Amino acid sequence: MFSLILSTTARAIMPLTLVFSVYLLMRGHNAPGGGFVGGLIAAVAFAIASLADGVATARRALVVDPRRLMAVGLALALASGFGGVAAGQPFLTGQWAEVMVPVVGKIGTPLVFDVGVYLAVLGVSLTMLFALSEED
Amino acid sequence: MTIEAFMLWGAMPALAASAVCATIRLLKGPSLADRAVAVDLLGAICIGFVAAFALAVDEPMLVDVALAIALIGFLGTVAFARYIERGA
Repeated sequence: MFSLILSTTARAIMPLTLVFSVYLLMRGHNAPGGGFVGGLIAAVAFAIASLADGVATARRALVVDPRRLMAVGLALALASGFGGVAAGQPFLTGQWAEVMVPVVGKIGTPLVFDVGVYLAVLGVSLTMLFALSEED
Repeated sequence: MTIEAFMLWGAMPALAASAVCATIRLLKGPSLADRAVAVDLLGAICIGFVAAFALAVDEPMLVDVALAIALIGFLGTVAFARYIERGA
Protein backbone atom coordinates (compact mmCIF):
# COMPACT_ATOMS: atom_id res chain seq x y z
CA MET A 1 0.00 0.00 0.00
CA PHE A 2 2.57 2.57 -1.10
CA SER A 3 1.25 6.11 -1.49
CA LEU A 4 3.41 8.68 -3.27
CA ILE A 5 1.57 11.61 -1.63
CA LEU A 6 2.07 10.22 1.88
CA SER A 7 5.70 9.29 1.18
CA THR A 8 6.53 12.80 -0.08
CA THR A 9 4.70 14.44 2.85
CA ALA A 10 6.51 12.20 5.31
CA ARG A 11 9.85 13.21 3.82
CA ALA A 12 8.96 16.89 4.44
CA ILE A 13 7.46 16.40 7.91
CA MET A 14 10.05 14.04 9.38
CA PRO A 15 12.98 16.53 9.60
CA LEU A 16 10.61 19.20 10.93
CA THR A 17 9.43 16.88 13.68
CA LEU A 18 13.00 15.90 14.58
CA VAL A 19 14.08 19.54 14.82
CA PHE A 20 11.08 20.28 17.04
CA SER A 21 11.94 17.33 19.29
CA VAL A 22 15.54 18.52 19.74
CA TYR A 23 14.22 22.04 20.43
CA LEU A 24 11.95 20.66 23.17
CA LEU A 25 14.87 18.67 24.61
CA MET A 26 17.23 21.66 24.71
CA ARG A 27 14.89 24.12 26.39
CA GLY A 28 13.48 21.61 28.85
CA HIS A 29 15.33 23.05 31.86
CA ASN A 30 13.74 26.49 31.80
CA ALA A 31 10.44 26.00 29.97
CA PRO A 32 7.90 23.27 29.25
CA GLY A 33 9.58 20.43 27.39
CA GLY A 34 12.38 18.06 28.25
CA GLY A 35 13.72 14.66 27.36
CA PHE A 36 10.46 12.73 27.68
CA VAL A 37 8.28 14.78 25.32
CA GLY A 38 11.24 15.32 23.02
CA GLY A 39 11.76 11.57 22.76
CA LEU A 40 8.05 10.99 22.08
CA ILE A 41 7.98 13.61 19.32
CA ALA A 42 11.10 12.07 17.76
CA ALA A 43 9.38 8.67 17.89
CA VAL A 44 6.43 10.23 16.03
CA ALA A 45 8.83 11.26 13.25
CA PHE A 46 9.98 7.66 12.77
CA ALA A 47 6.40 6.38 13.12
CA ILE A 48 5.38 8.58 10.19
CA ALA A 49 8.33 7.23 8.19
CA SER A 50 7.38 3.63 9.00
CA LEU A 51 3.74 4.24 7.98
CA ALA A 52 4.71 5.90 4.72
CA ASP A 53 7.64 3.80 3.48
CA GLY A 54 7.49 0.66 5.61
CA VAL A 55 9.24 -0.43 8.77
CA ALA A 56 12.46 -1.46 6.98
CA THR A 57 12.97 2.10 5.67
CA ALA A 58 12.27 3.58 9.10
CA ARG A 59 14.82 1.20 10.66
CA ARG A 60 17.40 2.26 8.06
CA ALA A 61 16.64 5.94 8.78
CA LEU A 62 17.25 5.34 12.50
CA VAL A 63 20.63 3.67 11.67
CA VAL A 64 21.04 2.05 15.10
CA ASP A 65 18.84 -0.61 16.67
CA PRO A 66 16.20 1.00 18.95
CA ARG A 67 17.05 -1.50 21.73
CA ARG A 68 20.62 -0.18 21.70
CA LEU A 69 19.25 3.38 22.02
CA MET A 70 17.38 2.28 25.15
CA ALA A 71 20.55 0.91 26.74
CA VAL A 72 22.70 3.91 25.79
CA GLY A 73 20.04 6.29 27.11
CA LEU A 74 19.77 4.56 30.47
CA ALA A 75 23.57 4.43 30.76
CA LEU A 76 23.84 8.17 30.00
CA ALA A 77 21.16 9.02 32.57
CA LEU A 78 22.92 6.88 35.19
CA ALA A 79 26.34 8.33 34.33
CA SER A 80 25.04 11.90 34.72
CA GLY A 81 24.23 11.10 38.35
CA PHE A 82 27.89 10.53 39.18
CA GLY A 83 28.74 14.13 38.24
CA GLY A 84 27.38 15.15 41.63
CA VAL A 85 29.28 12.36 43.41
CA ALA A 86 32.53 13.46 41.76
CA ALA A 87 32.00 16.99 43.10
CA GLY A 88 31.45 15.63 46.62
CA GLN A 89 27.70 16.21 46.62
CA PRO A 90 24.78 13.72 46.71
CA PHE A 91 24.06 11.50 43.71
CA LEU A 92 22.26 13.26 40.80
CA THR A 93 23.08 16.80 42.08
CA GLY A 94 23.21 19.05 39.03
CA GLN A 95 26.65 20.32 38.01
CA TRP A 96 26.75 23.25 35.60
CA ALA A 97 29.67 24.40 33.48
CA GLU A 98 30.46 28.10 33.76
CA VAL A 99 30.95 28.62 30.03
CA MET A 100 27.98 29.34 27.78
CA VAL A 101 27.84 27.27 24.60
CA PRO A 102 26.31 29.07 21.61
CA VAL A 103 22.78 27.89 20.63
CA VAL A 104 22.65 25.22 23.36
CA GLY A 105 23.18 27.61 26.28
CA LYS A 106 24.43 26.42 29.63
CA ILE A 107 25.54 22.81 29.70
CA GLY A 108 25.71 20.52 32.70
CA THR A 109 24.81 17.09 34.00
CA PRO A 110 21.00 17.73 33.89
CA LEU A 111 21.36 18.14 30.13
CA VAL A 112 23.18 14.80 29.92
CA PHE A 113 20.40 13.25 32.01
CA ASP A 114 17.77 14.69 29.66
CA VAL A 115 19.59 13.38 26.59
CA GLY A 116 19.61 9.96 28.27
CA VAL A 117 15.86 10.16 28.91
CA TYR A 118 15.35 11.27 25.30
CA LEU A 119 17.25 8.29 23.90
CA ALA A 120 15.58 5.83 26.29
CA VAL A 121 12.06 7.05 25.45
CA LEU A 122 12.86 7.02 21.72
CA GLY A 123 14.27 3.49 21.99
CA VAL A 124 11.37 2.10 24.03
CA SER A 125 8.61 3.57 21.88
CA LEU A 126 10.28 2.59 18.60
CA THR A 127 11.00 -0.95 19.82
CA MET A 128 7.29 -1.39 20.60
CA LEU A 129 6.14 0.34 17.42
CA PHE A 130 8.42 -1.56 15.05
CA ALA A 131 7.62 -4.89 16.71
CA LEU A 132 3.88 -4.23 16.41
CA SER A 133 4.06 -3.15 12.76
CA GLU A 134 6.32 -6.02 11.74
CA GLU A 135 3.95 -8.57 13.27
CA ASP A 136 1.50 -8.41 10.37
CA MET B 1 -12.00 45.54 19.69
CA THR B 2 -8.71 44.22 20.97
CA ILE B 3 -7.24 40.99 19.68
CA GLU B 4 -7.80 39.39 23.11
CA ALA B 5 -11.50 40.27 23.08
CA PHE B 6 -11.87 39.05 19.51
CA MET B 7 -10.29 35.72 20.43
CA LEU B 8 -12.56 35.30 23.46
CA TRP B 9 -15.85 36.50 21.93
CA GLY B 10 -15.35 35.89 18.20
CA ALA B 11 -12.95 33.03 17.45
CA MET B 12 -13.63 30.78 20.42
CA PRO B 13 -17.47 30.62 20.05
CA ALA B 14 -17.01 29.90 16.35
CA LEU B 15 -14.56 27.11 17.18
CA ALA B 16 -16.95 25.76 19.80
CA ALA B 17 -19.79 25.69 17.25
CA SER B 18 -17.64 23.78 14.77
CA ALA B 19 -16.57 21.39 17.53
CA VAL B 20 -20.26 20.64 18.19
CA CYS B 21 -20.83 20.00 14.46
CA ALA B 22 -17.78 17.71 14.28
CA THR B 23 -18.96 15.79 17.37
CA ILE B 24 -22.39 15.24 15.80
CA ARG B 25 -20.67 13.81 12.72
CA LEU B 26 -18.46 11.69 14.97
CA LEU B 27 -21.51 10.20 16.74
CA LYS B 28 -23.73 9.76 13.65
CA GLY B 29 -21.13 9.21 10.92
CA PRO B 30 -22.40 6.16 8.99
CA SER B 31 -18.96 4.80 8.05
CA LEU B 32 -15.67 4.53 9.90
CA ALA B 33 -14.05 6.94 7.42
CA ASP B 34 -16.57 9.66 8.38
CA ARG B 35 -15.64 9.21 12.01
CA ALA B 36 -11.91 9.34 11.23
CA VAL B 37 -12.38 12.62 9.36
CA ALA B 38 -14.45 13.98 12.26
CA VAL B 39 -11.66 13.10 14.71
CA ASP B 40 -9.12 14.83 12.46
CA LEU B 41 -11.36 17.90 12.32
CA LEU B 42 -11.66 17.90 16.12
CA GLY B 43 -7.87 17.86 16.28
CA ALA B 44 -7.68 20.86 13.96
CA ILE B 45 -10.30 22.69 16.06
CA CYS B 46 -8.24 21.87 19.15
CA ILE B 47 -5.19 23.48 17.51
CA GLY B 48 -7.32 26.55 16.79
CA PHE B 49 -8.48 26.70 20.41
CA VAL B 50 -4.95 26.49 21.77
CA ALA B 51 -3.72 29.17 19.36
CA ALA B 52 -6.67 31.46 20.18
CA PHE B 53 -6.11 30.94 23.90
CA ALA B 54 -2.39 31.69 23.45
CA LEU B 55 -3.35 35.03 21.89
CA ALA B 56 -6.06 35.75 24.46
CA VAL B 57 -3.83 35.26 27.50
CA ASP B 58 -0.64 36.43 25.72
CA GLU B 59 1.32 33.23 26.42
CA PRO B 60 3.67 32.34 23.54
CA MET B 61 4.51 28.99 25.14
CA LEU B 62 1.08 27.67 24.13
CA VAL B 63 1.92 28.02 20.44
CA ASP B 64 4.37 25.14 20.89
CA VAL B 65 1.49 23.07 22.25
CA ALA B 66 -0.47 23.79 19.07
CA LEU B 67 2.57 22.78 17.01
CA ALA B 68 2.90 19.49 18.90
CA ILE B 69 -0.82 18.70 18.44
CA ALA B 70 -0.50 19.46 14.72
CA LEU B 71 2.44 17.09 14.28
CA ILE B 72 0.91 14.25 16.33
CA GLY B 73 -2.61 14.67 14.95
CA PHE B 74 -1.21 14.10 11.47
CA LEU B 75 0.19 10.75 12.58
CA GLY B 76 -3.15 9.76 14.11
CA THR B 77 -5.06 10.46 10.92
CA VAL B 78 -2.51 8.62 8.77
CA ALA B 79 -2.65 5.59 11.08
CA PHE B 80 -6.46 5.65 10.98
CA ALA B 81 -6.40 5.74 7.17
CA ARG B 82 -3.92 2.86 7.08
CA TYR B 83 -6.10 0.63 9.26
CA ILE B 84 -9.30 1.50 7.40
CA GLU B 85 -7.53 0.62 4.14
CA ARG B 86 -6.35 -2.69 5.55
CA GLY B 87 -9.65 -3.64 7.18
CA ALA B 88 -12.01 -2.83 4.31
